[in-house]
Amino acid sequence: MRNVVGQSVPRKDGIDKATGHARYADDLRFPGMLFGRTVRSTIPSGRLAGVRLGFDPTGFTVVDYRDIPGQNFIALIVDDQPCLVEHDIRHVAEPVLLLAHENRDALLGALVTLDEEPSDPIFDPELSPTAFKTILIEKGDLAAGFAGADHIVEGTYRTGHQEHVYIEPQGVIAVPEGDRMTVYGSIQCPFYAHKALATVLGDAVSSVRVIQTETGGGFGGKEEYPSGIAAHAALLALKARRPVKLVYDRVEDMVATTKRHPAIVRHRTGLTSEGRLVAMDIEIVLDGGAYTTLSPVVLSRGAIHAAGPYRCDNVRIAARAMFTNTPPNGAFRGFGAPQTQFGVEVHMERVAEQLGLDPVALRERNLLRPGDTTATGQLVGEDCSALEVLRTAVRRSGFRRKRRAYAGTTRGIGLAMYWHGSGFTGSGELKLASRATIELTATGVRVLTSSTEIGQGTRTMHAQIVADALGIPYEQVEIAAADTGVVPDSGPTVASRTCMVVGRILQRAAEEIRAKLGESTPAEYFLRHGPLRVTKQYEQPEWIRWDEINYRGDAYAAYAWGCDVVEVELDPDTWEVRPLRVTVVNEIGKAIHPALARGQTEGGTAQGLGYALLERVAMRNGAMANAQLTNYIIPTTMDTPKLDVVLLEHPYAGGPFGAKGLGELSIDGPAPAVVNAIRNLQLDVRSIPALPETIREAACASP
Amino acid sequence: MRFTLNGREVDVDVSPLARLLDVLREECGLTGTKEGCGEGECGACTVLVNGEVVCSCLVPVAQVEGTEVTTIEGLGDEHPLQRAFMDEIGAQCGICTPGMILTAITLGSNPTLAQIREGLAGNLCRCTGYEAIYRAIQRAS
Amino acid sequence: MRTAISRLELLQPRSLQDALRMLRDEAPLTPLAGATDLYVALNFGTLENTRFLNLWGLHPLRRVTLREDMLRIGALATYTALRRSRLVRRRLPILVSAAREVGGVQIQNRGTLGGNVANASPAGDTLPVLAVAEAIVVLRSADGERRVPFGEFYTGYRASVRRPDELIVAFEIPEIHGRQWFRKVGTRAAQAISKVVMAAVRGPRPRIALGSVAPTVIRLAHVEEALAGGASLDDAVRLLDRDIQPIDDLRSTAAYRRDVAANLLRRFWAETADSG
Repeated sequence: MRNVVGQSVPRKDGIDKATGHARYADDLRFPGMLFGRTVRSTIPSGRLAGVRLGFDPTGFTVVDYRDIPGQNFIALIVDDQPCLVEHDIRHVAEPVLLLAHENRDALLGALVTLDEEPSDPIFDPELSPTAFKTILIEKGDLAAGFAGADHIVEGTYRTGHQEHVYIEPQGVIAVPEGDRMTVYGSIQCPFYAHKALATVLGDAVSSVRVIQTETGGGFGGKEEYPSGIAAHAALLALKARRPVKLVYDRVEDMVATTKRHPAIVRHRTGLTSEGRLVAMDIEIVLDGGAYTTLSPVVLSRGAIHAAGPYRCDNVRIAARAMFTNTPPNGAFRGFGAPQTQFGVEVHMERVAEQLGLDPVALRERNLLRPGDTTATGQLVGEDCSALEVLRTAVRRSGFRRKRRAYAGTTRGIGLAMYWHGSGFTGSGELKLASRATIELTATGVRVLTSSTEIGQGTRTMHAQIVADALGIPYEQVEIAAADTGVVPDSGPTVASRTCMVVGRILQRAAEEIRAKLGESTPAEYFLRHGPLRVTKQYEQPEWIRWDEINYRGDAYAAYAWGCDVVEVELDPDTWEVRPLRVTVVNEIGKAIHPALARGQTEGGTAQGLGYALLERVAMRNGAMANAQLTNYIIPTTMDTPKLDVVLLEHPYAGGPFGAKGLGELSIDGPAPAVVNAIRNLQLDVRSIPALPETIREAACASP
Repeated sequence: MRFTLNGREVDVDVSPLARLLDVLREECGLTGTKEGCGEGECGACTVLVNGEVVCSCLVPVAQVEGTEVTTIEGLGDEHPLQRAFMDEIGAQCGICTPGMILTAITLGSNPTLAQIREGLAGNLCRCTGYEAIYRAIQRAS
Repeated sequence: MRTAISRLELLQPRSLQDALRMLRDEAPLTPLAGATDLYVALNFGTLENTRFLNLWGLHPLRRVTLREDMLRIGALATYTALRRSRLVRRRLPILVSAAREVGGVQIQNRGTLGGNVANASPAGDTLPVLAVAEAIVVLRSADGERRVPFGEFYTGYRASVRRPDELIVAFEIPEIHGRQWFRKVGTRAAQAISKVVMAAVRGPRPRIALGSVAPTVIRLAHVEEALAGGASLDDAVRLLDRDIQPIDDLRSTAAYRRDVAANLLRRFWAETADSG
C-alpha cells in the first residue's frame, strides 16, 4: 500500500525549525561548562620550536599534544593528520594548543605566543613532490582512437576552492561523565567522530558516545572535520573534568576547516567529423592540502565522472591528488564530480565550437544510452535517461529559439549535461556494512540509523519509506536521534546514499516486520508480544563487480542524470554576468518527497551558481585571506534567479520505491552551464569563479 | 538596561556594549536567534526592534533601552508564516529560518516577488536556493 | 565576539550638549551611532578603542528638513529614513539610490549618513553622492559650530578634518541643477562592498565623483573641466585615468577598476546626453 511515498508530507522537524525551538550545538548549555579556544600555527610550513603562555593560568585548562592519552592522529583513511601539532607545522591554522576557561573574556584575552621556524612551503600542486593518491582508468586503445580521429581538441580547465558556508558554524560540546565521554555536536557522521575520539582518548575513557545536535547545514563540511573539533573538545573536557563547548566563529571556521579541492583538468579529445567521440585523454590534478583526509575518495569520484555522461571506446583518465602546505581540503557536495564535470562540459562546448557543431546535437550523438559502457566499463542500466533529460531541458528552456534570439546581444544561453553515481564507489558500500534498525513501540515504530538530518530531510524521508513499507500512518513512525550509544552504524551521511542505500535497508527491515505483524498494528503486536526489533545490513546487488586496483567495473549501483540550461545577461560596462534563469532537469529514480527533492535540487543549483560566479577563496601565504562573509560571498536572493526544476523518474530497482541518490547531482551542472552561456557571448572563459575581473580579461583577449 | 522583550518588560544587568544577540541568547535564555557570522552579513541573528529588522550581532544592548524587541519566540507557535514555512518546506536545516520569518513579517501583506527578493537580501540561506522561501511567504500573504 | 567586552566603556549622553561636553572633557571617546561598521571591528577584535560615546538616542540629529532652500540631513538619519524621506527623494534621489544599495534592510535600518562619512572608507557608498552634491559638513563641538565643504573634509586615507572633540551633526545640501546619476558596482547584486562607485550630476557644469579608486572619495576635477570645455569623451577618459589610483585588493583589481570607471563615465555621459 503506497500512502505517503511520493507525497510532500509535513517535515518531522518543521515546527521546531519554524518556531525557533530546534536546538543547535551553540544553543546547548551544561552545568559547569567551560568555553574552549584553539591556538593555531601562523606559518604554512616549518617547525614548532616552543609555546609561551603569557597569562595567569588560574582557572585555565591548557592542552597540548602531550595530554593525548591515546594516539595523536585523527582517524580517517590514512593516519597522517595530527590531532595537535607535535613539532612539524604543515599549514597555517594547524591546531597547536587548546585552552578552556569559564569566562569567555578571559579565554579570549589569554596571550599565547608560538615560536615557529619557517621553511619553504609548497603551494602549487603541480610542483608538489608528494601525491596522496593516483588513479588510472583505461578503456580501449587510446592511440588507436586518436589515430582514427578527424579532429583533436585540447584544453585546460580550472576550478578554485569553495567554502561550504553552512550558516551554522562548526561546534561541539564534550561532556565527561565518570570515565565516559559524550560529545554533542553539529556532525554529519557521528560514527566517524566516535572512531576519532576513541583513537585520541584511548584508555583514558571506558566508552565514547557521540550525539548529533540539530545541524544547520553540512554540505560535506561536517563529514570529517568534526572528528578533529570533537577530539579537541574532549581532550579539554578530559583534563578539566568539566563540559567544554568549542564553537568556531565564522572567521576561524573559514580559515581552518576543509574546502572543496581546487582542480586542474586537461582534456585531449579525438572526434570524427560528425562529432562522435573516439578518444578521450584526461588528466586531473587535485590540490589536497597538507594531509590526506578524504583526498583519495574525492579523486576517485572525480576521476570516474571525468569523461562525463558520454560514450567513448577509448578513454584514459590519469588523476592525482597532491600535497600542498595549505589547510587540508575535504568533502563538499559533489566530491570531485563538480570539478571534473566542469572540465568535460566546458570542453565539449569548445569541441562544438571548433567543429562547427550544434552543442545539443554533439551531446545527443555522444550521450550514454542503456547498453553502452562507461569509462570503467560499466554497463549502463535501463534507467539511464540522459537523452530524455537533455531533450526535456532543451525543450523546456527554449534553448534553440533563445540561442538564435540572443545572438549578437548581451544575453547568452548555455547548457551542461551531467551524471552522478549514488552511494559509495565499487565495493565501498560492502565495506561499510551499514545497518539500520526498526523497533516497535507502544504507539508505532521507531527508526534507528546513524543517518543524520542536516536539512535535506532524512528524518522525513526515512519515515515515509518505513510508513509505506509497513503499511502504517506516517505519524506513527518516530525517528531516533543519531546517538552512537543507541543507533547502529548506518554509514556516513554522504555520497547521496541516505535514501538509496540506508532507505533500502530500512525498507527491507520494515518488510520483515510487516510479515511478522500480519494483521496486527505495531501497537497491538507490542502490547501482545512485547518488543520487536529488526536490524538489517546492507546487501550488495549481486551483479556488482568492481576491480579496485585497475579501477574497472561497476563503479556505482545507480546513476542519476541531469541537464542545466542557464541564461545570462552580461553588463558590458562592468563585465558582471547576471544569471537570468536556470532550467534544471534531474532524473532521480523516484522522488520520495517531491518538495524535499525539489528543495535539494534548487539548493544545489544555487550553490553551484555561487561556485560558478561569486565564490572565491583568496589564498595569501597558504591561508584564506578573505575569511569573512563580507569578502567570501555567496548568493543572496538578488543573485539567485528563477530556478525552474523538473524532476523525472526512471526507477532503479535496487533503491527504495525506485529511488536513486539526488543530494549532490544538482551541484554538478550550474558551473559549466554558466560558463557555456558566457562562451555563447564569445568570451573564452575556462576557469571558475568566473568573476567580472576574469571575464574582462577574456573580453580583452578576444579580437 | 530595560526593554520590552516579546511583550514583557525585562531588566538585564550587562555591559552596555554587550551584543543584543548575546543578551537574548544568554541572559534572556532565548536561543531562537542565531549567530551565523558576527558581522551583519547573514541575517541569522535578525530580530525586530520597534518593528524594524536589525542584525542583533551589531546592536549594543544599550541602544535598545526603552524599545520593543521581538524574537522568533515572540511569535508563538501558530503564526501564519510559521505554518506556511512548514507547508512549503521553506526550512531545510532551519538555521536561517527564524531570521527569515521575522524579516518576512515586515514585508506586509501581498508583497510582490520583487519586493520579497529585495526585502530578504540581507538574509542568507545556503540550503534552499530561496525558491521555497518565496513560496512560503506568498502562501502566507 | 572576540573583544573582551568587560574592558569596554560606553558613555551615554542625554543630549547633544552633553555629548559634546563629554567629547571635550572625557576623551578619548569614539562616537558610536548605528554600529554597523565599528561593531564589526569590535566583534573581530581588531579595534583598539575601548571607550565609546553612544549617539543613538540623540534624536534631534535624525531630522531631515528644508530650510531656506537648503536640504539639511541630520547625521543620524538612517538609510531607511533617507529612502522614506520625501525631501530626499525629491532633492537628492541619488542618495536614495545609494541608501538602497548599501546593504540589506537590517543594515539600512541602523546605518547612518554621519556614520558612513565618519567611517571614512574610500568605498563608502554615500560619499560620492555628497561630493557631487557639494554638501557642507556641519561640525559641532562644545566650543561652537563650523562648516566644512565636503570636498575639503577628507585629508587622506581614513583621515578627515574632524577633531576628536567634534561631532558631525548634519549635512547641508544646496539645490542641485541637472540630472543626477549613480552607479555602484559591487561584489554581488545586494549586500556588497563597492568595487567602484560613482555619482554624477549633468548640470551647467558636470560634477563627477568616484569611490574605491583612491585613498579617499574624489571629484574628477580635470575631467569635469575638460567636459565643461567641450572636450571629447575619449579625452575625458584619458584624464580620468590620470586622476585615479585604483589598487589590487581582496575584492578586485586595479585594472578592472580602471576600465570600469572609464565605462561608467561614458555611460553617465551617454545616458544624460539630453540634459545639461
